Amino acid sequence: MTRSPEKIRCDACPVMCYIAPGQTGACDRYANDAGRIVRTDPVVMLSNAQASGARIVPFAARDWDGDAMPADTIVTGIGSGTTYPDYKPAPFIVSSKVAGADMVTVVTEAIFSYCGVKVKIDTDRYLGPEGAIVRADGEAIGHVTTAEYGSQMLSLGGVHHLTGGTKAEGRLTCAAMLALCNGEAVALTVDGGSALVVQAGAAPIVDGMPAQRMRVGCGSATIGMFAAQWFGLVDEVIVVDDHITGVVSEHQAGKVLGWQPTGVKIKGHRSTPGRYFKVSEPGMGWGGTKLTDPRDILGDWNPKKGAHAGLTVLMVSTTGEQFAYYVLDQALIAQEQSLPDTLRSSVAMIDENCEPSLCTVLFMGGAGGSLRAGVTSNPVRLTRSVQSGATRLTSGGADCYIWPGGGITFMVDVLTLPKGAFGYVPTPALVAPLEFTLARGDYLALGGHAGAIRSLDEVMQKGGEYPTAARLQNWPEGDA
Amino acid sequence: MTGAMANRLPDGRLHLQHGPIDLICEAWGRADLVEAGYARACRRFDGLLEELVAELPVLRSPNKALFGPIAQNMGRAVAPFHPAFITPMAAVAGAVAETVLATMVGPGIRRAYVNNGGDIALHLAPGESLTCAIAGADARITVHSHDAARGIATSGWRGRSWSLGIADEVSVLAKTAAMADAAATMIANAVNLPGHPQIARRPAHEMQADSDLGARLVTVGVGPLTADDVTAALSRGVAAANAYRAAGLIVSAAVFLQNECRIVGQLALKEPALA
Repeated sequence: MTRSPEKIRCDACPVMCYIAPGQTGACDRYANDAGRIVRTDPVVMLSNAQASGARIVPFAARDWDGDAMPADTIVTGIGSGTTYPDYKPAPFIVSSKVAGADMVTVVTEAIFSYCGVKVKIDTDRYLGPEGAIVRADGEAIGHVTTAEYGSQMLSLGGVHHLTGGTKAEGRLTCAAMLALCNGEAVALTVDGGSALVVQAGAAPIVDGMPAQRMRVGCGSATIGMFAAQWFGLVDEVIVVDDHITGVVSEHQAGKVLGWQPTGVKIKGHRSTPGRYFKVSEPGMGWGGTKLTDPRDILGDWNPKKGAHAGLTVLMVSTTGEQFAYYVLDQALIAQEQSLPDTLRSSVAMIDENCEPSLCTVLFMGGAGGSLRAGVTSNPVRLTRSVQSGATRLTSGGADCYIWPGGGITFMVDVLTLPKGAFGYVPTPALVAPLEFTLARGDYLALGGHAGAIRSLDEVMQKGGEYPTAARLQNWPEGDA
Repeated sequence: MTGAMANRLPDGRLHLQHGPIDLICEAWGRADLVEAGYARACRRFDGLLEELVAELPVLRSPNKALFGPIAQNMGRAVAPFHPAFITPMAAVAGAVAETVLATMVGPGIRRAYVNNGGDIALHLAPGESLTCAIAGADARITVHSHDAARGIATSGWRGRSWSLGIADEVSVLAKTAAMADAAATMIANAVNLPGHPQIARRPAHEMQADSDLGARLVTVGVGPLTADDVTAALSRGVAAANAYRAAGLIVSAAVFLQNECRIVGQLALKEPALA
């Protein structure tokens, strides 16, 4: 690690801290990011193109949370250029009200527990049963949810793991979510399943083996895609898949080409012709099954229905990662032989059509009551404004998906936020940036705190000495 | 350079902020008298940070002569802990809260507090009480006018200030906020397992260049500890707290480490009624 050792003096306040690279000053609000003083809490601004004085609707989005938003945060933000170096929460939460208390004493800040992380793991490997507990360092932090096409979904965090269980459970849940949201690798285990290493934007590592490719489709879909390429080169093709195993001679895609019956018998639940469920158990073998020898799914070859000595068979997985070529001997037993070059290209084609396996991490949170109250005096109007699209919601400048329905529940791809954008508090809870952007007129119509709107000049005087923390953008044409 | 800022929160409380100082102030009484109190607090706050900064190098050293009233209060709060290492900065948050509270309180104000990032100074007229939530511990402390305590402070390695110990949180009630602040720091330092492999430590100046702790090792990470480890670490903190209580430096303390909590003295620590 070769860091410039040069300390610089922060002139944001009279304390004039000397701050070394990567450190924050005494306030935790300003930091030295590679030789520049930047704000650790984003104050991002939007200028109004109509007014030459460039009035802005300010909104400091530094700490949002379900229970308690610093009520002085009334800045509208967009397009944060912030780098959020070594984000360490500052003690703003003291302004929060807790039921039954007049005040709060804290080690740090925010109580922001209503959030979770959705993880999409591109793999056909079996990670564990649906509903199985996912653990970090032995503590339950979430569960396995649905399997989607070529991917397994995990649902991690949430208020019940964060604050509903033991302190250790909450702490480890928070730590795992924070690491995932900040793009770090996290080791997880699935009860009755695999050990995983998950990192946003990287290939998942399942039981010590990095996943390479997503499957091109299920076994049936693979038959549909490649039947024509195999026709005339091989007598039978069986695409082995944990979900649906395909058999080309029986499949509609083979039939239309005039594929001849081969007397093949598949041990599994036949769905429609040429499509079989449950040929094996889920596992780490061929096509996400437990199979190490794919011939285990074959019954006896029936000579009355077309089986004959010398019949050629290609068995391949849905990623092309596993393949084998067989020829029936005199006893109609499939004997392995090397794959002919004529078939090699089709296997390579399957592989080529499989996208790289990645982990995708979405942060999901709900912006609740008092957060909105910090923005306007009539919180539900803000909710409706966000839901209608009049107010744009961003997280660290990144676009969010807003769930329809009540409240402001959003999801954001953590890789679209500035590095290190997420923080935590020992409550335990996560801290994520959030900005609401809307036109000044709309803001006032919502019941926005007019007195808290500052001019660009004022903001530039107070925060603009640290321009890396803000990026000015024009209002879209036609806005008030 | 930014100046001192005063804002009213939507619920009426006064928010004062300048550099690292972040105060939430609230007073109860007749509206015009409360407003007059807030106005006095704002006037006192203007220039307060500059006053401290003037003596900052001295405040960051143990045992040097101090001049300003806030600095002297800080010095008085930490002096009883010598010869152990402590600088007046260990009491800065509490001392600032006390100073602003003292000017805010006036005729007609029945009760009031100034909360400086969790270090709190209280004013209670006879018969009054205030309830404080301990974040993270999910507990409440109610201080009554007949109690000796007028200061509450919380410290721990996860907090803003660096700690030499491993306590998640130490909350202290003391006669004044500055005393509570200093004692919370010292008790949190005492909760420790020297040389334990699960504890990550780094020199303070590597974490914050001009920290008053210099090259002393501060805690930057604590892994899972065994029940025996937790008990051993907590008992060191409890021993310190008992000694400070016997010396009249604190009224009571609650010490939190991983899943365990120890309470020293009478502390009306209530679990909340609501989940």
